[in-house]
Amino acid sequence: MTKATSRRAPRQTAMRYSLYHRPVALKPTPTHFCPGCGHGIVHKLIAETLDTLKIREKTIGVAPVGCAVLAYNYLDCDISEAAHGRAAAVATGIKRCLPDRIVFAYQGDGDLAAIGMGETLHAANRGEHIAVIFVNNTVYGMTGGQMAPTTLIGQKTATSPCGRDQVTTGAPIKICELLNTLEAPWHIERVALDGPAGVRRTRKALATAFQAQVDDKGYSFIEILSPCPIHMHCSPVEAVRLVKERMIPYFPPGLYRQNGQSMT
Amino acid sequence: MSKRVLMNGNDAVGEGAIRGGCDAYFGYPITPQNELTAYMAAHMPRHERVFIQAESEIAAINMVFGAAVTGKRAMTSSSSPGISLKQEGISYLAAAELPAVIVNVQRGGPGLGNIAPSQSDYFQATKGGGHGDYRLIVLAPASVQEMHDLTIEAFALADRFRSPVMVLTDGRLGQMMEPLKLHEGKPPARPPKPWALTGAVGRRSNMIRSLLLDDGVLEQHNLHLQRKFALIKNSLLKFEELNTRDCDVLIVAYGTSARIAKGAMDKARAKGMKVGLLRPVTLWPYPSARIRQLAAQVKGILVVEMSSGQMVEDVRLAAGDRAPVVFEGRLGGAVPEENDVLAALRGILRRSRGRKLS
Repeated sequence: MTKATSRRAPRQTAMRYSLYHRPVALKPTPTHFCPGCGHGIVHKLIAETLDTLKIREKTIGVAPVGCAVLAYNYLDCDISEAAHGRAAAVATGIKRCLPDRIVFAYQGDGDLAAIGMGETLHAANRGEHIAVIFVNNTVYGMTGGQMAPTTLIGQKTATSPCGRDQVTTGAPIKICELLNTLEAPWHIERVALDGPAGVRRTRKALATAFQAQVDDKGYSFIEILSPCPIHMHCSPVEAVRLVKERMIPYFPPGLYRQNGQSMT
Repeated sequence: MSKRVLMNGNDAVGEGAIRGGCDAYFGYPITPQNELTAYMAAHMPRHERVFIQAESEIAAINMVFGAAVTGKRAMTSSSSPGISLKQEGISYLAAAELPAVIVNVQRGGPGLGNIAPSQSDYFQATKGGGHGDYRLIVLAPASVQEMHDLTIEAFALADRFRSPVMVLTDGRLGQMMEPLKLHEGKPPARPPKPWALTGAVGRRSNMIRSLLLDDGVLEQHNLHLQRKFALIKNSLLKFEELNTRDCDVLIVAYGTSARIAKGAMDKARAKGMKVGLLRPVTLWPYPSARIRQLAAQVKGILVVEMSSGQMVEDVRLAAGDRAPVVFEGRLGGAVPEENDVLAALRGILRRSRGRKLS
């Protein structure tokens, strides 16, 4: 090693970080999530959105039970826990009391679409001015990969060991489509973490959802199809491929509601 | 001089909440507390405060949670089956140390039961109700005036101790009308709430949570909660005593039962029986020490409840073997009658004479 090389290395680092830095709204917490998990990506995109829109200091998040709850270890804004499934109700309480703050709920599929379906539908139907970020990875992650309402037909989970059977467990629930039957929502969009382009679309969708609150427009719902390699029983790379090849055909990404108008 | 008005108990709670500074109310229909939800629907928007009829009792208590994390004063009300549904939320409120007021206008149970007044949720209210090691401050009004006053006090206590507070009443007190003096002063003072979620402006971000996974942290949090419960026990105790100075028999009863017991006591006194009444106003903390003192002076204690005998367990714990404890109660929405209480009083005095002779 020459002296010159050792002097150059930090300069390169400095240059890299001047282009690519940690969002202010993201705490320097080493991730605890499993390799290939989508949550970390979504956290970073939310943090970037809070930075870009300069709303970190007026944002209050709600993180309910499941892998989603630990969002409060990563996002550097005011955050409340919620009981399992009740994020939309807690977010409602917060937003009604502080209508000029930005309020979002960050929920998984078991939480939002099973135990919390009632709260989800009714908050949307009231048109609460909140953003609901729905991370759909087709399984209950934290509890060990049980079948969720969004588990695909044939998908093996801890509680559907032979694969999900539509006859006895029903078909996966399409939440965006369901919410789009309601009058009140302002923005409903489904995106997928199926590659760099999908990540960019997700960032854009999140910006739209948060901007809707800045503009006091109404209820926004962003569903993010996300990999869970551990419970999809595959490698991180394979999990992204599953999102693309198995989830996307059943849960088509796209705009379902824009500016209060149905797009389907 | 404040104005006297005629109101039913449920409305009196509603007006108490408004005058106690309730910022947000979240309800769901259930008899016999519907007047309260309707009162809040009519009056909260007039005061530019939050009213939501939630989609369920569960949603309502979680909306209370959301309102409470912002530092606002929040309340929900229901009746027995609905209060059962709220128990998970109450446990979360206790764990996260969030101030909130929960009103239970009790009805007959178990199950769907009926819509008649009852006191069979005493265990649920005072012994936990939800999961985990926690206590609720429980206030038990016995008149429409107290429905009003104790609701206001509930908000003050909730803020003071960062704790959910339950107003435990019943369908009879909720439905009956009495004249009352409305609270004319300001709402109880609001303590600063630096822990509240209001947006992290000029401070570190705040977090409200009850999930404490790291080794030993949850035990430390529990020990902290227990110290707070001990503080509440030592600083908060309310009860009313009537004719206890010279009494041979002490009646212990709360709420509606206490009104009936008082009627029986007056009749007994007219017949020369020395009967006194202790009416707990706080059901948790419980006036155990005073009952223990009185137990040493009386020949017997009569507990009157609209249940199969729930509070009587606390009286027995307090009295120990100092005095025999007799229970008189009606179940499933039935209300004890003065004459039944009177007969029980006579029985205690008769038996105590027998003991003296032997």
